[in-house]
Amino acid sequence: MEKNINITLKVWRQKNAREKGRFETYQVKDVSTGSSFLEMMDILNEQLINEGNEPVAFDHDCREGICGMCSLYINGRPHGPDDGVTTCQLHMRKFKDGDTIWIEPWRSAGFPVIKDLIVDRTAFDKIIASGGYVSVNTGGVPDANAIPIPKPDADEAMDAASCIGCGACVAACKNGSAMLFVSAKVSQLALLPQGKVEAARRAKNMVAKMDELGFGNCTNTGACEVECPKGISVAHIARLNREFLKAKVQD
Amino acid sequence: MAKIDARIPEGPVAQKWTNYKKNQKLVNPANKRKLDIIVVGTGLAGAAAAASFGEMGFNVKIFTIQDSPRRAHSIAAQGGINAAKNYPNDGDSVNRLFSDTVKGGDYRAREANVYRLAEVSTSIIDQCVAQGVPFAREYGGLLDNRSFGGAQVSRTFYARGQTGQQLLLGAYQALMRQVNLKTVKLYTRNELVDIVLVDGKARGIISRDLVTGETQRHFGHAVVMATGGYGNTFFLSTNAMGSNGSAAWQAYKKGAMFANPCFAQIHPTCIPVHGEFQSKLTLMSESLRNDGRIWVPAKKEDAEAIRAGKLKPTDIAEENRDYFLERRYPAFGNLVPRDVASRAAKERCDAGFGVGTTGLAVYLDFKESIERLGKDVIEARYGNLFQMYEKIVDDNPYDTPMMIYPAIHYTMGGVWVDYELQTTIPGLFCAGEANFSDHGANRLGASALMQGLADGYFVLPYTVQNYLADDIKTPRMTGDEKEFVETEKAVKDRFEKIRNVNGNRSVDSIHKELGLVMWDFVGMARNKEGLQQAIEKIRAIKKEFWSNVRIPGDKEGMNIELEKANRLADFIEIGELMAIDALNREESCGGHFREEFQTEDGEAMRQDDKFAYVSCWEYKGDGQEPELHKEELKFEDVKLIQRNYK
Ligand SMILES: Cc1cc2nc3c(=O)[nH]c(=O)nc-3n(C[C@H](O)[C@H](O)[C@H](O)COP(=O)(O)OP(=O)(O)OC[C@H]3O[C@@H](n4cnc5c(N)ncnc54)[C@H](O)[C@@H]3O)c2cc1C
Ligand code: SF4
Ligand code: FES
Repeated sequence: MEKNINITLKVWRQKNAREKGRFETYQVKDVSTGSSFLEMMDILNEQLINEGNEPVAFDHDCREGICGMCSLYINGRPHGPDDGVTTCQLHMRKFKDGDTIWIEPWRSAGFPVIKDLIVDRTAFDKIIASGGYVSVNTGGVPDANAIPIPKPDADEAMDAASCIGCGACVAACKNGSAMLFVSAKVSQLALLPQGKVEAARRAKNMVAKMDELGFGNCTNTGACEVECPKGISVAHIARLNREFLKAKVQD
Repeated sequence: MAKIDARIPEGPVAQKWTNYKKNQKLVNPANKRKLDIIVVGTGLAGAAAAASFGEMGFNVKIFTIQDSPRRAHSIAAQGGINAAKNYPNDGDSVNRLFSDTVKGGDYRAREANVYRLAEVSTSIIDQCVAQGVPFAREYGGLLDNRSFGGAQVSRTFYARGQTGQQLLLGAYQALMRQVNLKTVKLYTRNELVDIVLVDGKARGIISRDLVTGETQRHFGHAVVMATGGYGNTFFLSTNAMGSNGSAAWQAYKKGAMFANPCFAQIHPTCIPVHGEFQSKLTLMSESLRNDGRIWVPAKKEDAEAIRAGKLKPTDIAEENRDYFLERRYPAFGNLVPRDVASRAAKERCDAGFGVGTTGLAVYLDFKESIERLGKDVIEARYGNLFQMYEKIVDDNPYDTPMMIYPAIHYTMGGVWVDYELQTTIPGLFCAGEANFSDHGANRLGASALMQGLADGYFVLPYTVQNYLADDIKTPRMTGDEKEFVETEKAVKDRFEKIRNVNGNRSVDSIHKELGLVMWDFVGMARNKEGLQQAIEKIRAIKKEFWSNVRIPGDKEGMNIELEKANRLADFIEIGELMAIDALNREESCGGHFREEFQTEDGEAMRQDDKFAYVSCWEYKGDGQEPELHKEELKFEDVKLIQRNYK
């Protein structure tokens, strides 16, 4: 059953990329446990605005776990203390009356803070631009059913393609590596006949870009898989490594 | 003023697009490099268009308010995309998709556009597969299809419950490939705030960098807007939080006509509202209606006991359940179009049979299909939706029926465009949900994704090129021309004005007030008196906004309240125009239900002799009544009949 709880928040506030940040403490009262975490943040912001203060800036859009825009490091976990969900899908029923909740931005060299809890994740777009696609133009392609694809391959490609580009894997990784994100795209496309043609080259280019942008190396800690809201498996990293080796051999 | 000319090509409807392409003007490769196209929006329509323009060799600049093009609202579409492939061999054809769409839209769409949409639909699937979109497949390796509301064939392609995501990622990747090749320049967290006209033509935009708060001037030989719908006028909707109508509204204020603003779609299967701090409504995909059965208790006392928490839905015996869609519409049953399903749910709840604590909910039950197909089949089809539901409501839909209620979902109305998707401002094009063109008064499920990609991949690349062919001698502008400077100044003044109100109310509190007025008076059922009241109330809200909104924070740097306030100012005016349009349209059609115009058993009644037209509204200045122009609709290929899903 839903009830109302009172909580204390410790929220990271930072005016912009240049200035230093700090934690601020806020009390939020009578939050329904049926509310989502971001609705609780809305309540906090309404409170701050009514007091004449600046609301806390955080990223969000779809609020249903699909756009990958929300982030937040909550009590030391990316996307907070529930499994298999994004922050926007986290509900206050996961917290108890009187709890203190720590809220921080993603912390990683690859994702500089823009303001408060908002970070810059354009590095992910740059990685995709370096090769995360099939090189076809609009028009002049074969009929969609011309090449049958075994259902297990299509399903596995779909598993990998479920990545929402949120960056939790990077935030969770002590090395700040983006391997899970990169491998999900490499793996999806390598599994499909349409993407296989460029698979090795794609792996090489994307990994090179990832390194160039300051993401760390993967040391197989597996922390990324645990925190990924979409259950992207580290098995994709193994497939990426195979494609990467093929590219090295070809060189 | 003879302003409304849809410029539909000659010939029979099936030949029009071929004829158009035959006569269309081309730009040679050397000249393409000298031509700049601005695309605003990176949803399906915008990303597909920009990627295609880039591949063709034009210089493209693309803008999005999100941090990445991959996060456009299109990402959230769940159920699927229609295409007349007829792979299941169940009698589908371009012609059937065309007539289903015209009929589904309750005969308020333009035939020529809809036919073209159906015609190019098949190429979309080919394109997406070539890009590596992992559509669902059968064991034989071929593509799988499902059926959707308003159709008796299976023509919907899907990628689990994440079709929009996969299609958008396909388009996004094609776009990023062009960014890498430097044909497209990407501007993220950057919002169009006005359109620049030079000699009556669209020649660029003023944008605002949402990180620095600074305005920028951008030139383009042509401007394409693909900025999505304005459903968030209602505050609560299934749209993403950032979805807004501001770009369309700026176009309207600059002289583009706004068409059929009152045509908004209410989706029947959303998770019901739970509390006053609710920020958005979550859709449960329409595809669930393939296997779920919708019901309420047949006895009022059972409904009352459920609301009081004394009975559970599973306690209600089969014979005491009212499967009201199957009862009222035996031919289509649970698969009637959205507007019909939504109104039927409202009717039951208004009559006192609703469930949930508020009484504003009906059941969507999977018990029978789980028994028939097995839990694993249902899980494979809808697992992620069931999980999403459980996370939100804390109930397990495998064991107990889901609760659903209608919510605002999509806007069929939008910027008026001609056959070429060009607005009444030369050089300004509009695509995707932002335009009004293909869905009439009601959109069928899985047809928005189709339209977005059709516009982006297969229509704009032809029509924009046709326009630019006459522009090869126009030199690039620097952005220092007086039109740019003046428009930028007007934008800055507007933002200053909002900041200087310095009142007492948050943006959201005013937006919620607007949303309630919209839902109560301009929502699922409308009437003359209510609409007149709504207009008064909305005008009062506008006054409240401009005298009492409070924007904390600075002018420089990121200021989210300021962004939201700017969009809310436009939502208020959009809401007013929606009410004005709804008042004008004295008939019931599709998503627009006027209580005065219904049959004895409560079905919508069109007035074809008076209202078989597109209402096109022209802006006449702040506080002035807009002027109505009519685009008469001619139905030459689909016969005008009262829709019947019985
Ligand atoms: C929950 C949900 C499920 C749906 N499921 C389906 C489905 O199964 N099948 C189907 O066919 N349809 C579905 N729809 C509808 C469909 O998703 C949308 O209609 C469609 O994706 C709209 O695409 P678009 O490209 O027109 O706009 P959007 O995807 O809304 O993109 C708009 C773009 O414009 C940008 N933008 C907006 N304003 C500005 C500005 N001022 N300056 C700069 N950029 C701006 C945004 O950043 C964004 O990039 C669903 C909709 C919802 C809400
Ligand atoms: S792999 Fe998982 S955690 Fe990483 S970006 Fe993708 S969805 Fe997010
Ligand atoms: S806001 Fe879209 S995933 Fe959380």
